[in-house]
Amino acid sequence: MSVAIRFSDVKKRFGEVEALRGVTFEVQEGEFFALLGPNGAGKTTLISILGGLTRPDSGAVSVLGSNVQQDYLAARRKLGIVPQELTFDPFFTVRETLQFQSGYFGLRKNDAWIDELLSNLGLADKAQANMRSLSGGMKRRVMVAQALVHKPPVIVLDEPTAGVDVELRQTLWDFISRLNRDGHTIVLTTHYLEEAEALCSRIAMLKQGELVALDDKQALLKADSARALTLKLFPDVLPAALRPMLVQEQDGGYVLKLDDCNALEPILVVLREAGVAIRDIGIQKPDLEAVFLEVMGRKAQ
Amino acid sequence: MQGFYTLFTKEILRFWKVSFQTVAAPVLTAVLYLMIFSHVLESHVEAYPGVRYTAFLIPGLAMMSMLQNAFANTSSSLIQSKLTGNIVYILLPPLSHFEFFMAYVLAAIGRGVFVGVGVLAVCATFAVPSFAEPAWIIIFALLGSGVLAVLGLIAGIWAEKFDQLAAFQNFVIVPLTFLSGVFYSIHSLPAFWLGVSHLNPVFYMIDGFRYGFFGVGDVSPWLSFGVVATTFVLLAAFALHLLRTGYKLRH
Repeated sequence: MSVAIRFSDVKKRFGEVEALRGVTFEVQEGEFFALLGPNGAGKTTLISILGGLTRPDSGAVSVLGSNVQQDYLAARRKLGIVPQELTFDPFFTVRETLQFQSGYFGLRKNDAWIDELLSNLGLADKAQANMRSLSGGMKRRVMVAQALVHKPPVIVLDEPTAGVDVELRQTLWDFISRLNRDGHTIVLTTHYLEEAEALCSRIAMLKQGELVALDDKQALLKADSARALTLKLFPDVLPAALRPMLVQEQDGGYVLKLDDCNALEPILVVLREAGVAIRDIGIQKPDLEAVFLEVMGRKAQ
Repeated sequence: MQGFYTLFTKEILRFWKVSFQTVAAPVLTAVLYLMIFSHVLESHVEAYPGVRYTAFLIPGLAMMSMLQNAFANTSSSLIQSKLTGNIVYILLPPLSHFEFFMAYVLAAIGRGVFVGVGVLAVCATFAVPSFAEPAWIIIFALLGSGVLAVLGLIAGIWAEKFDQLAAFQNFVIVPLTFLSGVFYSIHSLPAFWLGVSHLNPVFYMIDGFRYGFFGVGDVSPWLSFGVVATTFVLLAAFALHLLRTGYKLRH
C-alpha cells in the first residue's frame, strides 16, 4: 500500500503564533483517517498547506508522491478538499458551480458524474437553483460535491458536519464511506468524536501544533482507557472493599474502574457477600472522547 | 488549457449576468458626458482642424469607459472572491499562474471591448467619427484594456478591504483616465501640465486610439504604442510575480 499523504516536519508560524511545530506523519492509500484536535491545534493550517492555500515555513508535504509546492499541479489534481467555512459564488446556480469546478480540474463534459453526485447528495431538484437560495445544509452538500467532481483519489473533509442535522450527517457519511470502499483515501477532521470512532481506522491527534497521538483506532481505545462499571445498589452503600476502585459517584450510582472484564466477577462476589443487591448495572466501554480528553489532558503537563 | 478556458468563461459570465450594471450603465454614463460636453463646448472648441468637437470627444469617451471597466472587472471580481472566501475554489484546482492571469485579464479586456463597442454604437447617433486607420483602433483598444485589466488584477490582489480598492480606483484610476486628454487636446494645456500629461500612460492609450479614428494625434502612434506596450509588459511581469509568490493569496 502506498502513501497517500506524507507530512514531513511541517512548521508554520503566523506572526507570534506557532501554528505547526514540526508535524510528521503519513496517511496510507485507501485509509479512512481522522485528524483530531481542539480548536487552534493546527488542523486547518495543515489542510491549507496540503491544498496550497498556505505555504509552510519549512518541511515538505506530498500527495501520492507529488510535492505540493514543487509539483503543485499534479498534487492538486489528486486532491479534493471540502473547506470548513461555508462559501459559495452568489452569481451562479448549483449546476454551474459544479460545471465550473469540473472545468478548473480539466474536465469538459462531466454532466453524467455531476448528475450522479447531485442525486447521491440529495440535490437533484436544486440543480438549477441559485446558490444564494439554498439552506446551510444544502450549501454544505454542494461544497462536498465540488470537492468530488474530479473523482480525486484523496479526499479531505474539514469539519463537514458542523451544524448539520442528523439525517444529512447520515447521508453524507453513507456516501463518503462508499467512496472509501471504492478505494478513495479519506481524511477527516471533526469535533464529533463519535463520528471519527465510527468511521475511521487510524487517528492522529494534534495539540498546539504538535502531534500528540498517532495510532490505529483500536490500539488507542485499548491502550488509554479502562472500562467503567456503573452500579446502583440497594442498600445504597458501597462495600469498603470496593472503595479503592471508585472513580466517582454519579446520578445516585457508583462508577468503578474496571481494568478488564475478568475483574467483574470478584466485584460481584464482594457485593453478594456484603448482602448488597444490584438495582442497576452498566459497563461503559472506552470511547474515543474519553481517550481524546485523556491524551489532551496528559499533554498539558 | 481547459482550466484557463473555464475560468475565462466564468469571469465573462460573471459580468454578463449583471450586464445592466456592467455594460449598459457605463454606456449610459459616457453618453451623458457626450451630451453635456458637446452641448457646452461644440461651438467653442475645435481640438483638431476640421473635426467637430462632438466627434472628437467620442473616441476618448469610449476609451475611458473601456479602461475603467476593464480595471473594475478584475479588481472587483478578485476582492469579492477574497472577502466572501470563495477564492478557495480558484486556488485549490490545478490552475497555473499563467492560466489564472490570462483568464482574468482576457475576460476584463472582453468587458472593456463590450463597453467600448456599446459606447461607440450609441454615440454614433450623435456624430460619427471617421475611421482613418482601424488597425490602431483595435490595437489600442486591446492593449489599453489589457493594461488596466492587469492593474485591476494587481489592485484586487493587494486590497484587503473594499475601501482600499475604492481608494485606489477613485484616487488613482479615475484621475488618470480623466486627465488624459479625453475631453480636450493636451496641446491646449500650459507647459507644466503638458509635461505631466506626457507621464500618464493613459494619455498615450487615448491619443493612439484617437489617431486610429482621425489620422491625427498629439504624438506619433508608434510612440504611443511603445509606451503602452512597455507598460503592459512591465505590469504583466509584476502581476505574474505576485501570483507566483502567492502574495496575499496564499499565506
